[in-house]
Amino acid sequence: MGVDDKSKRRFLVASTSVVGAVGVGFAVWPFLASLKPSAKTQAAGAPVEADISQLEDGQQMTVEWRGKPVWIVKRTEKILADLKSDPLIAKLSDPDSSVTDQQPAYAQNPNRSIKAEYLVVIGICTHLGCSPTYVKENDPHDLGSDWVGGFFCPCHGSFFDLAGRVFSGVPAPTNLVVPPHTYLSDTRILVGIDQDKGAA
Amino acid sequence: MSKILTDSLEWIDARYPLSKMWNEHLAQYYAPKNFNVWYYFGSLALMVLVMQIFTGIFLAVNYKPDAALAFASVEYIMRDVEYGWLIRYMHAIGASFFFLIVYLHMFRALIYGSYRKPRELLWIIGVFIYLCLMAESFFGYLLPWGQMSYWGAQVIISLFGAIPYVGEDLAVWVRGDFVIGDATLNRFFVYHVVLMPIILLALAVVHIIALHEVGSNNPDGIEIKKNKDPKTGIPKDGIPFHPYYTVKDIVGIAVFLIIFSVVVFYAPEMGGYFLEKNNFLPADPMTTPEHIEPLWYFTPFYAILRAVPDKFFGVMGMGGAIVVLFFLPWLDRSPVKSIRYKGWIFKSALALFVISFFGLGYLGMQTVTPTTTLFAQIFSVIYFAFFLLMPWYSKWDETKPEPERVTD
Repeated sequence: MGVDDKSKRRFLVASTSVVGAVGVGFAVWPFLASLKPSAKTQAAGAPVEADISQLEDGQQMTVEWRGKPVWIVKRTEKILADLKSDPLIAKLSDPDSSVTDQQPAYAQNPNRSIKAEYLVVIGICTHLGCSPTYVKENDPHDLGSDWVGGFFCPCHGSFFDLAGRVFSGVPAPTNLVVPPHTYLSDTRILVGIDQDKGAA
Repeated sequence: MSKILTDSLEWIDARYPLSKMWNEHLAQYYAPKNFNVWYYFGSLALMVLVMQIFTGIFLAVNYKPDAALAFASVEYIMRDVEYGWLIRYMHAIGASFFFLIVYLHMFRALIYGSYRKPRELLWIIGVFIYLCLMAESFFGYLLPWGQMSYWGAQVIISLFGAIPYVGEDLAVWVRGDFVIGDATLNRFFVYHVVLMPIILLALAVVHIIALHEVGSNNPDGIEIKKNKDPKTGIPKDGIPFHPYYTVKDIVGIAVFLIIFSVVVFYAPEMGGYFLEKNNFLPADPMTTPEHIEPLWYFTPFYAILRAVPDKFFGVMGMGGAIVVLFFLPWLDRSPVKSIRYKGWIFKSALALFVISFFGLGYLGMQTVTPTTTLFAQIFSVIYFAFFLLMPWYSKWDETKPEPERVTD
């Protein structure tokens, strides 16, 4: 029994295939979705409190927030003056913090901080996630005589200044991230909560 | 007795093509008679794959894929499990030897033109095996949960972040967490011991089937199937794989095992090249080691990544260095396959390529300075030029005529 007109058969094969493909898509989704961070993982990451009363001038401290290192550096008048100097700004890729994702609006200022004195940034290089090293101006280093202090990533050679701003011509594309944070008092910072707001 | 055996074989053959497969792939698979030392590495790779699966099973018996327990469980295997140290060293060192063998196997294909028609698909399947091997090794390297495990994985997963728009979400999906953590370790363990071994085994079988369909190349790069005995239909320059090459390969395996044992028993860390010093420290998400580097077999590609001062293009360069291998069969326009009949242009290009590959491998282990970056950039350009300019220089090359029959 021959069938001369195959158009009906072709239509059935094509429509069955399309419906089948949609079905496969729906069947695959639960498996892919199961690999996403679980509800428990997403709920973790409570804010952490940092006591900055013991910080000396130029000193760095690290607190852990959502499994990431958050640095707090107490900057001196000299450092703050250096951050505004033209030779430094000329070397930066984004001196005005124009990439808005990298800091909350209240830290989008020349010092990238709430209080000029204290820098609060996530210590994860925006290139491939290594944690850079804090190299002070007077530390022994081979980063050049015009180094005014900042962060150097040993993995792939990116530089950041003491406002977490990235140098140009290095692999890291953007400035270090300033996490949401707020001052509970003059000596206590809460990382993970936006200033004058609820949880981030 | 022999009657029982013959009858049993007949009984099986009527139900499963046992004799047929034995003949097709061993007793009546005719391989060129002029194989040289370069032809050991295929069978060696297969043997190491089996060894890795075998030792891996015994490691998994005592290993705990939990961020709080993993590091200690590896030390437990090393100190408290009887012969645990041996099994773990065999597995870790086996990984390095696997890559060594695969690199030599690929280089063999490069010099004798084994990727050329009709073996394009065979080569492509091989590149897929190489890619899977890289993934398998990457997943496995996280499991000891040392500092290098942690930060190596951190860097490689962050590579996904370079993809525009979806990159960050993709990296979170791969990790199963916002940072590398217990979720990541647990799933990498499963990928390492279940997913990738299944894919690797399947690809190895497909690779061998493809090889036996087109037949092996040889150091002269000529097709032995073009010259068959008119009566038997067997290539005049072919010899049955079994017993001739099975015996030859057993000798190769014996020599390999001697070298392998020397490393396992006398230099298991190989001065930090096979087992990195920083990996003897437990993972610490707060501190990146001063100097992080991948294991030696990834350093050429790592050096290309670091040579490009831009996140997106660096990742593209690194990926491109592997993707370009897929196109090799169509980049080579030389009228001959084997280096034996190619001219000085190809030989010089190959020499420069080998120097660059070793140079990149060395630079990938060094700390970043302007000088190392400059050299890495030069070597990266040569690496890509070797492939991308091949359509032209392989045509200009002055080749020698190929012989009719294989030479000794």
